[in-house]
Amino acid sequence: MSVTPEKPGDVSRRSLLQRAAAAGLLVTPAAGLLSACAGSEPSKSNDNGGTKSKDNPFGAKDGSAVKVVIFNGGLGDQWAKEDKVLFNAKHANITVNMSSTQKIKTEEQPKMATQPSDLIMNSGADIMDRATLINEGAIEPLDDLLTAPAWDSEGTVADSLLPGTVADGTQNGKFYVVNVAFTVWGNWYNAALFKKEGWQAPTTWDEFFALAPKIKAKGMAPYVHDAVHGYYPRWALMASIWKSVGKQAVIDIDNLKDGAWKVDGVLKALEPWEKLVKDKLLLPGKLDHTQSQQAWLDGKAAFIQVGTWLKNEMAATIPPGFELTLSDYWSNAGDKAAKDVMASSGEGFVVPSKAPNKEAAKEFLRAILSKAGSAKFAELTKSLASTKGSGDNVQDSALASANALMKNGTSDLISFRFPDFYADLAKESENLSEELMAGRLTAQQFIDKMQAAADKVAKDSSVKKQTRTA
Amino acid sequence: MRHGVARFVTGFLALPVALYLFYVVWPFAQAAGYSLTDWGGYSDSQHFVGLDNYVRLLSDELIRKAFWHNVFFLVTVPLFTIALALFLAFLLNVGGREDRAGIRGVLGSGLYKVIFFFPQVLSLVVIAVMWQQIYRTDEQGLINGLLIKIGLVDPQNPIAFTADPEPFLGIPAVLWWLLLIAVWSGAGFYMVLFSAAMQSIPKDIYEAAILDGAGRFHTFFKVTLPLLRDTISVAWVYLGFIALDMYALVFVMTPSQGGPNHASEIFASVIQFNAFQKGQFGYACAIAVALAIFTILLAALQLRITRRDRIEF
Repeated sequence: MSVTPEKPGDVSRRSLLQRAAAAGLLVTPAAGLLSACAGSEPSKSNDNGGTKSKDNPFGAKDGSAVKVVIFNGGLGDQWAKEDKVLFNAKHANITVNMSSTQKIKTEEQPKMATQPSDLIMNSGADIMDRATLINEGAIEPLDDLLTAPAWDSEGTVADSLLPGTVADGTQNGKFYVVNVAFTVWGNWYNAALFKKEGWQAPTTWDEFFALAPKIKAKGMAPYVHDAVHGYYPRWALMASIWKSVGKQAVIDIDNLKDGAWKVDGVLKALEPWEKLVKDKLLLPGKLDHTQSQQAWLDGKAAFIQVGTWLKNEMAATIPPGFELTLSDYWSNAGDKAAKDVMASSGEGFVVPSKAPNKEAAKEFLRAILSKAGSAKFAELTKSLASTKGSGDNVQDSALASANALMKNGTSDLISFRFPDFYADLAKESENLSEELMAGRLTAQQFIDKMQAAADKVAKDSSVKKQTRTA
Repeated sequence: MRHGVARFVTGFLALPVALYLFYVVWPFAQAAGYSLTDWGGYSDSQHFVGLDNYVRLLSDELIRKAFWHNVFFLVTVPLFTIALALFLAFLLNVGGREDRAGIRGVLGSGLYKVIFFFPQVLSLVVIAVMWQQIYRTDEQGLINGLLIKIGLVDPQNPIAFTADPEPFLGIPAVLWWLLLIAVWSGAGFYMVLFSAAMQSIPKDIYEAAILDGAGRFHTFFKVTLPLLRDTISVAWVYLGFIALDMYALVFVMTPSQGGPNHASEIFASVIQFNAFQKGQFGYACAIAVALAIFTILLAALQLRITRRDRIEF
């Protein structure tokens, strides 16, 4: 889940180059892409770097240049330009070549084996598969970044990060991915509307099912979600499962443990979703992320489940007086971890192993994670940064409700890793989540099929296995 | 003198042939090479695994599914596109009234030609994005909106189009909806192709047929169609290639690129998933090579079947 959920813009617009790349496999087998790997020479690392100091812990060399690639999606790229200013204030003689794109994989993957950029924000739909990057040794472990002093606060960089950020970026015991944003998921509603109608935002499924008829009576659908990208409903389903069966059961699922999907409580967690579909409480139509979000903003549905990037993504069309408010996913009576909130760090930066200027790349990360940089990030994107205290001085209903949710929650954050670990399971779970939410699968069938898919991956010797411990 | 000509020709051809070899043939060879390795796509380390990828391919359920979906397109795309294109071309060229000036197309055929050809000038991705709006699954969609307004579709249960895996005639609905776009976007080009071919058929043949009392039906099936045989055969091969691709439409139009729940999975989407999402470039190359072999065999077979004596006029 540390891989970003960001889904800005349309697939259609992003798809052009990727399509060209894949079509190339058929027509002219991606000439540049494939030849890139033949007999490439590793680029020389910056051995004779500058001198290390507290203000330059990695010894980034004056006079060098660092190439930074920003994912220009739902969060925009203005915040990164602010970080560049911050960086150059301390290192005036290091040139930052910053570019932004939505096609991370299309543009960066072909260069990974030869001349990669120094720092890549690996995010969006066109993302380089994280497990593959790590298994192939294509990205650099960044544990020394964590122990380096923070840019503008006491202690180390690790000390300045929100809980979960380090764990989210760690695989096989090493820290690879620096997530700079912090996302909270849940059910969104329009507080102004609820106040006007005298509705109370539900916290449990029972309360929701009691409220639903009143919402329907107003000509509104109670619920809507992205029904095109299966990983949207998957967040909600996995959050429900975690709340019902607790953390260890989800860790077992991530670790492909025998029968992990069939433990008591998983079915109970999913039954309300089945009921939601069967009782026709969903807005009709199979809308994608922006369509469903717009339908919600247009007052066609009362609740939508999505993460905190929502406000920034829809900024242009939010009607005046609309109070975007985030509430926790609903729980059932008797849930083991009803109070746990689904939140994680996302928008991961990676440093390629063959990057020519890793020192400056890490130094730039330090700037991004600084107090000043993260405060700008929260101010500009209305999303929390993964650095502590980023949102303290931002006045915004969406951000405030997310903040409040985090404060009411426990210290355990809901997270699941199997889609990051296994591409096959990622695809199957997306498909099956769509099927469940389309009413073509019952909760029990969903569980049976997920278990079968997990068993298949567990048995597949061509897939490298990952382990989640916490 | 002959020697000079050879040198002259070689001089002109050397550069294009070299470019072609380097940018087209060599990558083909490379892909075939990678299909024998376990290369992941991100590093320069790879191991030779022999034919393992090809063995695995034979038992891959997803590929079997993709294969049958491609076969569906292979049959339907050429069939419907050529039928529609022939029909339109016939109407535009020889379907109109007969007078002293001879046979002509229906009224306003020049305008129709432009309109029908128009999809051809749009990129397939643009077409897909446009059809996303036409196929939108709520009352804001062009088709759903219209049908809901005139009461043919229940607003609580709009048409799901490409998000609909339910079978229609045994084939997932999503494939039929994609087929409609493919035929719509392809028919114009083949209409122009067939028009050109029809215009090269001497008018006296038609006049003779009409004098002998042949109606439109008979002129089409007994005169036009046999004389267009070569053109149609070429069109069939081209459309076969298009049917084996279909990638842009599946990628842009279907949920989870090949969904819902693998209902629109095709070779290209399986290749894309294995190469770019799963990081198994070696295996993806094996699928691509298998597809290439399949395509070449198919084209050879196709040209063989339709080969026969040409009629000169």
